[in-house]
Amino acid sequence: MATASGTVRTERVRSQFLFPAVVTGFLALMLGLLGFDQFLNAMTLGAIYALIALGYTMVYGIIELINFAHGDVFMVATFVSIGVSTTLLGQTGAITDVPTLVFSLVVLFVVTIVVMAIVGALIERLAYRPLRNAPKLAPLITAIGVSFILQNIIQFFVGPYITNVPQLFSTQWSFDFGESRVPFLNLFVIGSALFLMAILQLFIARTKTGRAMRTTAMDRDASSLMGVDINRTIMITFLIGSGLAGAAGVIHGLYYGNTTFTLGFQSGLKAFTAAVLGGIGNTAGAALGGFLIAFVEVGAAAFGFGRWGGAIVFSLLVIFLIFRPTGILGSQTGDRA
Amino acid sequence: MSALLARFAPLRARSNAYFAQHRSLGVLVAVIVIGGALPLMSRIPPFGELQSMNAWVNAFTIAGIYALLAVGLNVVIGFAGLLDLGYAAFFALGGYTYAIVASPFFDIHLPFWPMLIVGAIIGAMFGVFLGAPTLRLRGDYLAIVTLGFGEIVPIVLLNSDPFTGGTNGLGGVDKPVIPGILEFTLINPWPFYVLMMVMIALIMIVVFRLQDSRIGRAWDAVREDELAAESSGVNTVISKLQAFAVGAAIAGFVGVFNAAKLTIVAPDQFKFVVSISAVAAVVLGGMGNPVGVAVGAFVIYLVQSIFLKQLNTLVDNFNIPVLQEIDFLEFQYVLYGRILVLMMLK
Repeated sequence: MATASGTVRTERVRSQFLFPAVVTGFLALMLGLLGFDQFLNAMTLGAIYALIALGYTMVYGIIELINFAHGDVFMVATFVSIGVSTTLLGQTGAITDVPTLVFSLVVLFVVTIVVMAIVGALIERLAYRPLRNAPKLAPLITAIGVSFILQNIIQFFVGPYITNVPQLFSTQWSFDFGESRVPFLNLFVIGSALFLMAILQLFIARTKTGRAMRTTAMDRDASSLMGVDINRTIMITFLIGSGLAGAAGVIHGLYYGNTTFTLGFQSGLKAFTAAVLGGIGNTAGAALGGFLIAFVEVGAAAFGFGRWGGAIVFSLLVIFLIFRPTGILGSQTGDRA
Repeated sequence: MSALLARFAPLRARSNAYFAQHRSLGVLVAVIVIGGALPLMSRIPPFGELQSMNAWVNAFTIAGIYALLAVGLNVVIGFAGLLDLGYAAFFALGGYTYAIVASPFFDIHLPFWPMLIVGAIIGAMFGVFLGAPTLRLRGDYLAIVTLGFGEIVPIVLLNSDPFTGGTNGLGGVDKPVIPGILEFTLINPWPFYVLMMVMIALIMIVVFRLQDSRIGRAWDAVREDELAAESSGVNTVISKLQAFAVGAAIAGFVGVFNAAKLTIVAPDQFKFVVSISAVAAVVLGGMGNPVGVAVGAFVIYLVQSIFLKQLNTLVDNFNIPVLQEIDFLEFQYVLYGRILVLMMLK
């Protein structure tokens, strides 16, 4: 027992002091290495990866399924956000009027998040729940199938080409910071992502449902005996994860201004890498991993290895899975790998 | 009808018993019969009108490539129970191995036949190279590592222009030659077809014999219960590595044939879709059943490349505006998706 409590204390020390120190040190290092402009780019890209990675890590944490379709949920979200902007709000370009902009962004985020949350929960209900007690590879293969179906739905109804997304938030707005131009959009993206992550952390740590999610992740049978409704908890996990992917989709659209039906595969795989890097099942780790992957990718491009970005990220994935499958911060889900 | 069948029952029983003992001979007979019947079948009215006999033979050859890929992947997924999502990588490695030493790119022209074996060996080497560190991972992590590998290989091939020709790939790959007897050409699909049938027979025999061997029984044990297998004296790591190596070797072997058949290899040919179509074939045909997965791959390929394509031209002929807009070839992805989801959910 002494060892156990010792481990707990080490864990606590680690999360309280080591984690912020490492993050600050890393950010300072990257800022020095990449310069401010690239740093801002990486932070923005990292915010998107982090939001997607959260969905992977939460679902894996609770039912040990690599939700292959999650990247495609993100992809669908970018298209839903187009629909909300153009059809529901009637906006096709930048909004200059501040109250209208705030109102439009709120509607855009809320509607897309709600729609994607429902889509995610539906996928869970239809494709994964029937396989809850099947051999582990069965839901994984089903998830790949769902991923292909989502891609095909978009390809069929929208077409296989790159589609423009209305950039409601003007990319021109900026202020000068030293010699660099800082667009407000980047700050908005990073800020909204951090805001959502903070809410998620609070939700998991403080609410009754959050506690149910943690106990279900630790031991499904035991928490079921303690009166936790497992099916409901898993469905809420999917709701939240897919909702976050929805938010990431909105942000991707606002920031890059375009999307296509194959977007989900690459982004999803990179976000999954982020989740593994941070320690799968660990929400803080997923956020950290998201930013880390973004820095690797932007860094590779900055030093002239842009074409190798994907290969480097996936090599990281392979290396981490082989040598440290519990990730940087450690997995929070017992005996993994 | 039933009386007729009953009269042949003793004969059937005797032939079944015979082929159960002489399985390799059974495979040979089956391949000869099916290989002979397929081109004839393409003369039957509904099929014959779709396309010419040569086009059918060509389609059967390519379907055979997918069938062999599925048979190879089935060794990994079906026999040993390891999900490999980057199988196309080994296929690519085999193809590039041959293309590099048999194309105008480096102006090296090694003969086709030994390269079939070399391609298989290269595939097996990479299978072991990837498998050795990853096989202690649990099933779903292994799937992701192989997926990552499957993504890395095309990126490396794409970016190593001096060796692989980059985006354009390697063109003008040598076709097989039987010295003094036969030169394979692009116009005549028959030699490739016959060669494909020989390869199918060969690989089927190898796979069947492996399945019944000590190695195959070890795979069964590892798939069903790794812990029990280990405590019964099966070296699970070696056993899994063997499955990985055999699967990768078959992919490399077929990759060489594919490169010679298409006379070009390019990174685009080895995308994730190829791996997934093989997985879909294995799932559709029934994991662990070599004949089933081969038929599964055959059916999937023919449906997507003949049926969907013909649906396009058919609809074009009818002048129905709404349907003409639809490219039915796009449905191949949903086809894979449906197969995977529906087969899993039953």
